[in-house]
Amino acid sequence: MTLSRVLQISALLLLLFVLLSLAALSLGAIHISFADVVGAIAGWLSGKASASEEELILFSVRLPRILFAGIVGASLSLGGVVFQALLRNPLADPYVLGISGGSALGAIIGIVIGASSFYLGVPFLAFSGALITVFLVFIVAGGSKGVLLDNSLLLAGVVVNSFFSAAILFALSIVNSMELHSISFWLMGDLSRVALKGIAVAALCLMVCFVILYTQARKLNLMVQGEETALQLGVNVQATKYILLIVTSLITAVAVSLAGIIGFVGIMVPHMMRLVFGSDHRLLMPAAALFGASFLVVADTLARTVLAPAELPVGVITALCGAPYFIFLMRRKGRE
Amino acid sequence: MSIICAQNISFRYTNKLVMDDVSFTFDDARIVAVIGPNGSGKTTLLKILNATLFPNTGRILIEGRDTRRLARQEIARTVAIVPQESPAIFSFFAEEIVLMGRFPHFSSWAFEDRKDYRIAHEAMDKTDSLSFAHCRFNELSAGERQRVLIARALAQEPKILLLDESTVFLDLKHQAQFLSLLRQLNREQHLTVIFVTHDVNLAAQNADQILLLYNGKKYAIGTPAEILTPQNIQEVYDVDVWVDQHPHDGSPRVTLRT
Repeated sequence: MTLSRVLQISALLLLLFVLLSLAALSLGAIHISFADVVGAIAGWLSGKASASEEELILFSVRLPRILFAGIVGASLSLGGVVFQALLRNPLADPYVLGISGGSALGAIIGIVIGASSFYLGVPFLAFSGALITVFLVFIVAGGSKGVLLDNSLLLAGVVVNSFFSAAILFALSIVNSMELHSISFWLMGDLSRVALKGIAVAALCLMVCFVILYTQARKLNLMVQGEETALQLGVNVQATKYILLIVTSLITAVAVSLAGIIGFVGIMVPHMMRLVFGSDHRLLMPAAALFGASFLVVADTLARTVLAPAELPVGVITALCGAPYFIFLMRRKGRE
Repeated sequence: MSIICAQNISFRYTNKLVMDDVSFTFDDARIVAVIGPNGSGKTTLLKILNATLFPNTGRILIEGRDTRRLARQEIARTVAIVPQESPAIFSFFAEEIVLMGRFPHFSSWAFEDRKDYRIAHEAMDKTDSLSFAHCRFNELSAGERQRVLIARALAQEPKILLLDESTVFLDLKHQAQFLSLLRQLNREQHLTVIFVTHDVNLAAQNADQILLLYNGKKYAIGTPAEILTPQNIQEVYDVDVWVDQHPHDGSPRVTLRT
């Protein structure tokens, strides 16, 4: 693996993201032609913003939402890459393992007890929920010995997930808070309700976490060879594992507390990228983050347009294509 | 000079004592065989030697330094192990696997440079695995995978090479090739080789020194001729054997009496 290859592929995937975002800008309940989109952006870049209705839709409604979809998609895909490597299981991701659910429950509890009046109170509780779930899943699946059986891991995820879904529904039925939005937001994900400040927080968090995770990329290559092998090749396994789990829980928690639970992105995207680019995490991490961003932009554009002017939660789209993909992967894995 | 010195090491897994007050020293640039019946603690000893496990009591000195005090990368630059098998869940190319052996020599986020590739390719050339450098590791045969793992260990440029039954998957040609490679590295680069095996004749022909383990204890240590006697083998393995001299090199040759 060379740096230039990583940069070339990242540049290509970034270009893909930009092109898809432009397409997504023009699509929606009100169709704005591609030429108009490009014209408006050119005007905006040269400082000649007109206050037309079209530009208002483009820059105040669609653009923030597309950026947000990109950030959430990148976060979830990155989370998937790291969890799959740590657990040496291509079926692991923050959603299947119940970490998204734990994070959502943490956020809801935060809102119910009024933590939103403290700065970063809700994201902090979402982070705690994610972290607790990570350790819970590890303990349930027998992770203390480092040996994680595929079945026990997935079962642990199923159990933890259904428990959290029930707890979320319970919490939402006993309180009637305006801040809790709709049930579908928490259970199926929704990218339409975020404020600009939330996008900025998520972007900053993603960038910082990406840098930290990327410094561990080469160690992750060794970790997927087995923890003992990694140890023998000079990796400080315990410390690396804790850094990765904490940072990954953090990006998952931020994504979930702002966008709700969006499933399967973290499984599909890393798997596709591994098929195309191989398993070296120095390439896989940026590739999965960038492609995950594109993926969720496309999914969210579908969610906005298929029933326009009505909207679907984006989690419906990702689950509709993700669940069959998951079964396909599981069957393939069983045959091997 | 002694490169490895074990001082009264004991190790227990929860409640089973698998290593009981074992002491020995291995001299620099020797080939040492560790033999003993199943459950005698051979694999545990290897894990203690490369600091995957630490003894509950006693200590291991590598070049005079306690393994507990050494950083992981430092240990990996000194000691390499060829495991019996390596799980292949995500697919890597054989070349990528060998390049992982360069990890202890560089900062953990860096990319491999020309020197790393050169060392990795030389290692693969030595183990006759260069021809499948760009094949996927998990699609190779067990013997081919074994050669890739040997190349990875060599790419670490260790002073001590640990082998855990590393010849079992190799065919006759590659076994012979591998054993002569070990002797060559031992002679030319003063590599210390410590191998665990069930094949007492393999040990007899290739080792300068044999450590015989029995029930987690050191039963005996010495030259093949000193260790491989009918009495010792009867006592430890509970079988009757003939021991005569190998017609070519005069090493002891063990044959089962059946």
